[in-house]
Amino acid sequence: MSSYPGTWRRPPQIVSDKRVRLALQLGVLVYLVLALGSVEVNWQRVSEGLERGQRFIMGFLQPDFSSRWKDISQGLTESLTMTLTSTVVGVLVSIPFGIGASRNIVPRQIYVFCRAVIAISRSLQELIVAIFLVAMFGFGPFAGFLTLSFATIGFIGKLLADEIEEIDEAQVEAIRSTGASWLQMLNYAIQPQIMPRLIGLSLYRLDINFRESAVIGIVGAGGIGATLNTAIDRYEYDSAGAILLIIIAIVMVAEYSSSYLRKFLQ
Amino acid sequence: MTQTLPREWAHRAPAQRAILWLGWFALVALFVWCWQIMSKDTIWAFVWDAPDQALDIGSRMMPPKWAYLPQLMKPLWDTLNIATLGTVGGVLIAIPVAFLAARNTTPSTTFLRPVALFIIVTSRSINSLIWALLLVAIIGPGLLAGIIAIALRSIGFVGKLLYEAIEETDPRQIEAITATGAGPAQVLTYGIVPQILPAFWSISVFRWDINIRESAILGLVGAGGLGLKMNASLAILAWDQVFVILLLILATVVLSEWISAQVRKAII
Amino acid sequence: MLKLKNLSKTYKTGDTALSDVTLEIDKGQLVGLIGPSGAGKSTLIRCINRLVEPTSGEVWLGDVDLAQLGRADLRHQRRRIGMIFQEYALVERLTVMENVLSGRLGYVPFWRSWLRRFEAEDIRRAYELLDRVGLLQHANKRADALSGGQRQRVGIARALMQTPDLLLVDEPTASLDPKTSRQIMRLLTEICAERGLPAIVNIHDVPLAQSFMERIVGLRAGTVVFDGPPTDLSEAALTEIYGAEDWNTMRREDDDDASVPLDIQDAAEVMA
Repeated sequence: MSSYPGTWRRPPQIVSDKRVRLALQLGVLVYLVLALGSVEVNWQRVSEGLERGQRFIMGFLQPDFSSRWKDISQGLTESLTMTLTSTVVGVLVSIPFGIGASRNIVPRQIYVFCRAVIAISRSLQELIVAIFLVAMFGFGPFAGFLTLSFATIGFIGKLLADEIEEIDEAQVEAIRSTGASWLQMLNYAIQPQIMPRLIGLSLYRLDINFRESAVIGIVGAGGIGATLNTAIDRYEYDSAGAILLIIIAIVMVAEYSSSYLRKFLQ
Repeated sequence: MTQTLPREWAHRAPAQRAILWLGWFALVALFVWCWQIMSKDTIWAFVWDAPDQALDIGSRMMPPKWAYLPQLMKPLWDTLNIATLGTVGGVLIAIPVAFLAARNTTPSTTFLRPVALFIIVTSRSINSLIWALLLVAIIGPGLLAGIIAIALRSIGFVGKLLYEAIEETDPRQIEAITATGAGPAQVLTYGIVPQILPAFWSISVFRWDINIRESAILGLVGAGGLGLKMNASLAILAWDQVFVILLLILATVVLSEWISAQVRKAII
Repeated sequence: MLKLKNLSKTYKTGDTALSDVTLEIDKGQLVGLIGPSGAGKSTLIRCINRLVEPTSGEVWLGDVDLAQLGRADLRHQRRRIGMIFQEYALVERLTVMENVLSGRLGYVPFWRSWLRRFEAEDIRRAYELLDRVGLLQHANKRADALSGGQRQRVGIARALMQTPDLLLVDEPTASLDPKTSRQIMRLLTEICAERGLPAIVNIHDVPLAQSFMERIVGLRAGTVVFDGPPTDLSEAALTEIYGAEDWNTMRREDDDDASVPLDIQDAAEVMA
């Protein structure tokens, strides 16, 4: 019985070379030291801010909906209308892009072009797009609408294309073998397979677009973000708290109702 | 086949079809209504003028001012630090929140679980830029505000995905560890942690990738990094500098996405 | 050794899984628990180590009533009861060695288990048990890299690592092929014989139970309807447990599946 070893170490699971492991650990340590060292904190300013932070938390707990209600309701209307219109337009435009970006059903040139458009839309932050569109189209929700529509194309287009690339090829083959045209093939073999997913994605994007609409107002693209920005600039934390609570409430409602709707539609 | 067949074949039953049409009609009506409200104050002259504006901005962006690049290295380093430190901070807070929120590990379903879920929803509903806006107002501009903003936003994201992973663990493995007479902490470390570890790393790296994108623009509201330079360049309408910053952000984002994809592939 | 007195379990949904079960099991005795799905076999063995809380009744292990214990005492007593699971229930992403060592969790403090610093004595025993079940060279593999039969051997080693006084075995062969099933059952009976360990084995495969168990308990709708040696398990008794069915045909089919000819003879003897 004593012939069995009395020690056991768990063998390393990912990096098996001891030196590489040591180097990695050391690298992480050095990075953390350097990174933390580069954070300059003005502690006096922070301690001054704590009092303001307290006021903000109080504002959050005792939100003031009434004194800025006119601004809030206008911002909210802009945000909500912007969200809906941009999601509808964005989804409509993203369907052809999504189909075009599916390697298995379109020629190569179209595939490359559509993937490129999607990649651009995805890699540009909404806020950056908003800055440019505000510069071109002027302040207001119209620029915001365009921003969100553009961002929707990248999001839905990519996920839709991935979905189409993963469909059951046998169904496509079966419909093709009946002598169906390309459009008939789309309608009979592809649409039924991806429709539930498309509806789910659209509802999800509706939710995201609302959250984003609260942000792009900061650079002048309309919506509740502009109202929030003003409230914070004026140190009106009770109004800011009210706006944040409204945003949270709407996001929660949107999430619940979209999951309900998805269940209902399936 | 004794059953009588309908005279005409229809794709859907009439009632179903009516509901479907009604639904689409309602959507179109809603769209038109919203469109009118939204574009009520739009100055169409500006809209028609947009192509000219675009050409103008485009021509000012060319050629990009490459000489500006060296000045961007420090802000880039700051941006990476905001993202990384913010992710680390957010993940550290998200772990206990996730365990409190998961139905199978929470110590109290009546009090602690709703609190944890509320933390997650709050954090998820509010964009990191809004957190940054608040924090800059409270503790002043700088990296710290950015790091905290990123961390606050990450709690909800990581917390939600992690608590879902905890709820999806295999209960039989946990039961087997419980049956050995292990204490609660041991059941956690032997029965649950090994099961969620891959998900944990992949969620964290995924969030880090997203945080790189977000931290690049936090500077627009004063929270440090590349966005700060972008704000300054926009203020003086130096579009050629803006273009260089954009390209740099793009390169960073592509690189971080590649790293995150590689790491996630290695884990799974 | 183990005494169940008037054990009952009613789930929150109102389903009665066990009603008034009284059983006594002696040291070193192998008891096969048979019965149709939903008869309460799984609930019965889980009520013993209280993975399922019994609604009423007593569970005496030696001179301790497990049903009355508080949390800490229950954990203490659970160490005396090794459990082997259907579909193995190993922690898939841990190594084989960690899975075996997890049988010591009730004995070691948290920091030791967290740092994987088990005592030399435990590690020696873990190696010994892995050798006993024939997996010594697999100690550093991850559990999900093993085959079904190998995983169940790890499950057995983990249960033995607890140095138990009683083994609870829940459908040990449910996901194994007939040949591996027999190997696992043989290993289990050998090990119990070596150590004088009593065991309760849930098993849905009647011929397998008859050829390996010393005593059979038949459960139907939560009550014991048969208790005796396998030789007493007549057609009438099986009908009592499972309801009417053509048992001779079923047995013949089962025997066709079995790969060891000797066992067909056993079964034929039983039938005669």
